[in-house]
Amino acid sequence: MENLSFMMVAFSPINFLLAVLGVAAGIFIEALPGLSATMAVAVLVPVTFGMPPEAALIMLGAIYTGAIYGGSYAAILVNTPGTPAAIATTFDGYPMAQRGDGDLAVTLSTMSSMVGGLVGALALLTLAPLLAQVALKFGSVEYFWLAIFGLTLISALSEGSALKGFIGAGLGLLLSTVGVSVIGADIRYAFGSQFLLGGVEVISALIGLYCIPVLIDLVATPSAHLEPPEEGRGIRFGEGLSLMWRGKFNALRSAIIGTAVAILPGAGGSIASLVSYSEARRTSPRSDQFGKGEPDGVIATETANNATVGGGFIPTFVLGIPGTPPDAVILGALLVQGFRTGPEMFTTNVGVTYTFIGGLFIATLLMLPIGLLIGRYAFKSIVSIPKALLVPSIAFMTIIGTYAIRNNPFDVVVMVVLGVVGWVLSRYGVKPSPIVLGLILGPIAEQGFVQGYLMGNASGSVMGAFFGRPLSLAIIALVLLSVLFPLWRAWRTRSPKETANGH
Amino acid sequence: MRQTRFKTWKLGALMGGLLSAAAIAGPAMAADAGSFPDHNIQYIIPFGPGGESDISARLQQKYFQDITGQQLIIQYMAGGGGAVGWSQLNEMDGDGYTIMGTNLPHIILKPMGKDPGFKTEDLKNFFYFHYSPDALIVKKDSPYKTLDDLIAAAKKAPGSVTVSGSGTQSANDIANRRFESMADVKTTYIPFKGTGAAVTALLGGQVQAEWGYTTTAANHKDKVRMLAVAADERHPLFPDVPTFKELGYDMTGGAYRGMAVPKGTPEDVTENLSSLFQQINQNPEFRQKMENLGFVLINVPYGDVDEFMAEQKQAYEEVARSMGIIE
Repeated sequence: MENLSFMMVAFSPINFLLAVLGVAAGIFIEALPGLSATMAVAVLVPVTFGMPPEAALIMLGAIYTGAIYGGSYAAILVNTPGTPAAIATTFDGYPMAQRGDGDLAVTLSTMSSMVGGLVGALALLTLAPLLAQVALKFGSVEYFWLAIFGLTLISALSEGSALKGFIGAGLGLLLSTVGVSVIGADIRYAFGSQFLLGGVEVISALIGLYCIPVLIDLVATPSAHLEPPEEGRGIRFGEGLSLMWRGKFNALRSAIIGTAVAILPGAGGSIASLVSYSEARRTSPRSDQFGKGEPDGVIATETANNATVGGGFIPTFVLGIPGTPPDAVILGALLVQGFRTGPEMFTTNVGVTYTFIGGLFIATLLMLPIGLLIGRYAFKSIVSIPKALLVPSIAFMTIIGTYAIRNNPFDVVVMVVLGVVGWVLSRYGVKPSPIVLGLILGPIAEQGFVQGYLMGNASGSVMGAFFGRPLSLAIIALVLLSVLFPLWRAWRTRSPKETANGH
Repeated sequence: MRQTRFKTWKLGALMGGLLSAAAIAGPAMAADAGSFPDHNIQYIIPFGPGGESDISARLQQKYFQDITGQQLIIQYMAGGGGAVGWSQLNEMDGDGYTIMGTNLPHIILKPMGKDPGFKTEDLKNFFYFHYSPDALIVKKDSPYKTLDDLIAAAKKAPGSVTVSGSGTQSANDIANRRFESMADVKTTYIPFKGTGAAVTALLGGQVQAEWGYTTTAANHKDKVRMLAVAADERHPLFPDVPTFKELGYDMTGGAYRGMAVPKGTPEDVTENLSSLFQQINQNPEFRQKMENLGFVLINVPYGDVDEFMAEQKQAYEEVARSMGIIE
């Protein structure tokens, strides 16, 4: 019960206030397209130096929690995921907003994020040391297969044509090779430009590929951006609650997937939310509605990506290996405060650790009232702002956001070029999601493959390295399942309307 | 493609300023008018947040404010293993209010043989403040108890001992090459993206050893053991770990970190910055914190930088030649 008393420290008025401030700041920063959770946390780190370590950690955790959730606003209302973790939120969130259910989508995202956040924090509280050991079992080869698994999900997620999905993924893979390679230090596709040496930054590609086409369409079509809601409608709390209840198993499964994937350093949120999305679709009785504004789609991705917050702290605290980029910043802040991660976090420094986890719970719970409040205004303002104001404001934010990631003006050029290319490609059926996935998964697959090959060579058996470990075999089985399942289902139903099958 | 200069550090400064004003820590600004610095300094780290360059800069932040009453605003400009930042440094304002972290051996190795957009001698380094000594690390339960154990295993079956490290043609890669040629062994070096991934591979038992730093070992103290450290003396945190020198291998080196200003910065301002950071380096609390994290402090002020760089350059050129990076 001592631990409980440490957790109660988080409820002291000042810590509580910091959590409120942190959540609100995180939501605001992340709701603007392009300002990422990593940046929100990094900017606020110096502010926390003057605070006692508990307060500093609570504030950083709250900012992070708020930011991951806040990313869903832009995904739902502007079709632009603020973080890779919110990609899948656009699949159903934006169609919901387009047909006038943006308020419901935001409410659902708020509730789901809270559920996901609670499950992730609970795992951090109870299972951290155990789960961290699982994370260590994941080697280069497993990361390679995991990336392949992620790429096979593209076929499942492609609207209409799997072939076009793979064309997009191929383009993304190609883009991911630009710059100095990690292994071998070769310079690839830089065309003599010092700016291209740094490669294509994932977030700027995200902003370009998703946001620019929306802007072009806004200008090109006379209709309103989103369907205005009926008058006098509130936040549709009751409706959201009943949809959540209907999707409770979906939410729970997604939260568990989110936590589990987040403990793998480097793989993180984007894979977590995709896996839970495709699982939700596979098991849903309404799977043909996914991609057209199915509430369960929003529930799945938003529970999963907020579960990654708690999940990502597991390797950060237990192993000193950051699970996600924002975790790396928080780990740095911990070291500067004089704390060392590892078992000490659960022995000598147990007070700080449990106060932090307590703070994470508070921040997650606070997300509900604060999120519903801010979300309502975000929705209202996006719907009511005239187009002539909306388009330049979003355009301005995309440029600032892209520039701010690496303080690199060239990223803005890349963002705009990719946006225009993405707009043209999407007219021919190549959607942005496969491109971005290729870009994210490409380096994971490449590095995993080369490392696995080198290790296999050293041990004398390359085949053994790739096919000899039980964990690899399990992931290979998943790969086969995700490739074969749609084929099997197509064969079984043989419905003539098969073209309408999914997203 | 050349960009017009964007004067946009202000965004970060604005955000940082607003946020810190909102926070509790509102320090009383008590700087004399006319003295340098009279406003905040932008400190650009050409890597992402959370790494050792970031952490050591974050530690300087507090003491800089104590001494000057002004803040060091840390910004990140990641990409190309630092090249994106360094290639743009000399186009920034040379008024002393913009400084950038520089790293050895990166700034020496990158321009060798190819063009990363900057030259080693174009960077105006004004102070080198510490280094993380290279260290050969194994897991606590490894059968290699000493460096000799590992060498014997590598001699027995050349290439069978796998060693992880961060990046190719990096400090770790170079350390491994130097070690291989001195001990006359052959290992399999496996590059990872960053020290974090390299140490994960070691902890997960995927590789038998890792080239890391004393800082890596300090961070994972309970799980790893260092076989030897490439420093002149034993590190105070690890009095039982021998140096390579003691074991008969003339190896010292690691990742050195310093700071540079844009080329146009006046000499007196540069001198001023150098002495400010030297003051930070002498603060006992700062020294203790750095040491606890595994760093080793050094003092290379502006006046000595040229000589220091020349020595380093010569040392790395030899290795680079043997690695075939340069002719």
